Amino acid sequence: MSQTANLEAHATGHDHAAHDHHTPTGWRRWVLSTNHKDIGIMYLVFSIIAGIIGGLLSGFMRMELQEPGIQIFHGLASMVYGISDPSGSIDAGKQMFNVFTTAHALIMVFFMVMPATMGGFANYFAPLMVGAPDTAFPRINNIAFWLLPVAFILLLMSLFFEGAPGSTGFGGGWTVYPPLSTVGHPGPAMDFAILSLHVAGVSSILGAINLITTILNMRAPGMTIHKMPLFAWSVLVTAFLLLLALPVLAGAITMLLTDRNFGTTFFAPEGGGDPVLFQHLFWFFGHPEVYIMILPGFGIVSHIVSTFSRKPIFGYMAMAYAMVAIGFVGFVVWAHHMYTTGLSLDVQRYFVAATMVIAVPTGVKIFSWIATMWGGSITFRLPMLWAIGFIFLFTVGGVTGVVLANAGADRALHDTYYVVAHFHYVLSLGAVFSIFAGWYYWYPKMFGYMYNEFLGKLHFWTMFVGVNLIFFPQHFLGLAGMPRRYIDYPDAFTLWNRVSSIGYYVTFVAMIIFFYATWEASRKKRPAGDNPWGDGATTLEWTLSSPPPFHQFSTLPKIDSTNAH
Amino acid sequence: MTLTAETTHPNAEKRNRRVGLTLMGVAVGMVGLAFASVPLYQLFCQVTGYGGTTQTAEANPKGVIAREMKVRFDVNIEHSLNWTVKPAAAITDQIGRVDTVNYIATNNSDKPLTGQAIFNVVPEKAGVYFNKIECFCFTEQTLQPGETVEMPIVFFVDPDIDQNHELKTIKEITLSYTFYASDNEGS
Repeated sequence: MSQTANLEAHATGHDHAAHDHHTPTGWRRWVLSTNHKDIGIMYLVFSIIAGIIGGLLSGFMRMELQEPGIQIFHGLASMVYGISDPSGSIDAGKQMFNVFTTAHALIMVFFMVMPATMGGFANYFAPLMVGAPDTAFPRINNIAFWLLPVAFILLLMSLFFEGAPGSTGFGGGWTVYPPLSTVGHPGPAMDFAILSLHVAGVSSILGAINLITTILNMRAPGMTIHKMPLFAWSVLVTAFLLLLALPVLAGAITMLLTDRNFGTTFFAPEGGGDPVLFQHLFWFFGHPEVYIMILPGFGIVSHIVSTFSRKPIFGYMAMAYAMVAIGFVGFVVWAHHMYTTGLSLDVQRYFVAATMVIAVPTGVKIFSWIATMWGGSITFRLPMLWAIGFIFLFTVGGVTGVVLANAGADRALHDTYYVVAHFHYVLSLGAVFSIFAGWYYWYPKMFGYMYNEFLGKLHFWTMFVGVNLIFFPQHFLGLAGMPRRYIDYPDAFTLWNRVSSIGYYVTFVAMIIFFYATWEASRKKRPAGDNPWGDGATTLEWTLSSPPPFHQFSTLPKIDSTNAH
Repeated sequence: MTLTAETTHPNAEKRNRRVGLTLMGVAVGMVGLAFASVPLYQLFCQVTGYGGTTQTAEANPKGVIAREMKVRFDVNIEHSLNWTVKPAAAITDQIGRVDTVNYIATNNSDKPLTGQAIFNVVPEKAGVYFNKIECFCFTEQTLQPGETVEMPIVFFVDPDIDQNHELKTIKEITLSYTFYASDNEGS
């Protein structure tokens, strides 16, 4: 649109700017990088690696749960830990299943989704979208990234140290509730996990400070906060959530650490502590955390829907402030994870009502996406498929979320597979689909090449079928009463568990298609051009070359009053 | 020309540092709040009886009402404390009546052992109405080898419990003690 035309002059001016001063090469370019785009790419690569590991862990779990009884894990335990005694290996296998559950969750939350959205896409595109030459604190950006592999290695190490007496790894779930995480796992495995979370938390807090400062201070002239693209809005809100929530987790797990090692009794009743306090602290962090994982996806999907409907996003202001509202209300609903801990009826009533309020801004977003598509000239290019897939799957997860918000229903469904299905619909399907949407939307911009659209669509449809096959039957299992986090189950649950496991294999094939499509795109080197998506793509990153020059906006873009977002 | 935030945004470095430090302060403050929540939570439990926290009182100023309540007594002992504790028998009385019961504790070992009891009531919502005038749980107890002692509890149930609509159907309150070995004595 007009803005795109305005900025063409700037874009052409950049190429020689990149040559003006030397660009670091080789390992220095990456390891010592202070460039937000390079750091963004490193985050994405890190996220893919962590995603492979986290995904394989869940594969073992689905293979185990394909049939009742214990088929996989005793063999796995005797192989990995070298236990020869058969009854010992069964016990070790049970613990190993729980260790895998825990590690799968922690890896997917802290090392796959968050690095992809708030690390990769936010670092790469938030500065571009607000017209900033780089982030505010490039060196802090570098530190924030390199802390993550350290944290990840600490977490992986915890898998091989003693946890509960005579067993290996921490198997108490990602929520690390005491007393299972204190007196229940006296070995060093839990300490490694705590330190890993500390380091990952510091990384995220530093990243959040960097992004907030960039967005508040470094917008191009004319880029007022109310003209800022919705992805930048989503990053701003998410970064504030990180800043307010993660320190509480850091405090809570520090208390766990001192309870474990230095004789404090924050969560130990014998010294006047209370294990339930940990749950309050954990979920004060944990509930905003789920919005941290999904909000950047909201931003990404808004741009994609607008681009491929060739319309500005419907209700821009409502969309932006809906995210602010979700972030705000997200801090006052934490105890809906704790309905069964003995809250009084009035407290439960409050948390039910407050939780349901979140459905309002979320509904504003979903209806605004639909309204954006309404009457638009829609093209079903690959990113659009992922975005629509996201809207559909996230809505399914949202609906089951409203069901679970009811304290009465939650009494029956607490800790069943219904909960597992719910949060995988919003995260493993919702957040992950938004990540793939962003990947395919920005791939030509980040790498300068176009992928094979057919392979991408094959990836989408295979994955769409696969993940629904995994998680939809888990609603039935949960309603039938199957509890989470067990290696075995009664025969009555066999059918839907088998379907769920088949879904995993389908998803596995989808991931192979994804890697093949990425490899194919890097081999064929089809030039993408500055803006492969046409008039609908109006944000600043499309005014730059693909990939953008090493340093962009040496002449700052001027945003005129007609439009921005 | 080097292309830093400074050249494109005048004074950017200073402004960025101010915002960055403010945000760092927010993060540190939130860690502080996490720790501040510990005493706040304790206070909250004492005031509201949350989690079955019982109350202490000097006497019952509110009188006795006709409704009866059965109070049951329960005991758990941490494995490292070599004691036997026999809980008091259940007692049924009018709400508001001050009653005295005795737990009987024996040290089974051949050395002095110090124990500390923690306690709560179920249903947890009754905690705020359960008043103890005197209780062994207020202090640590040291038992000599083989010694047996009576541990008295003087308590009453606050008649205001009758006003609580959530506890209308409650006919029983269970007071539960868990004994832990105190760290300062050998156990």
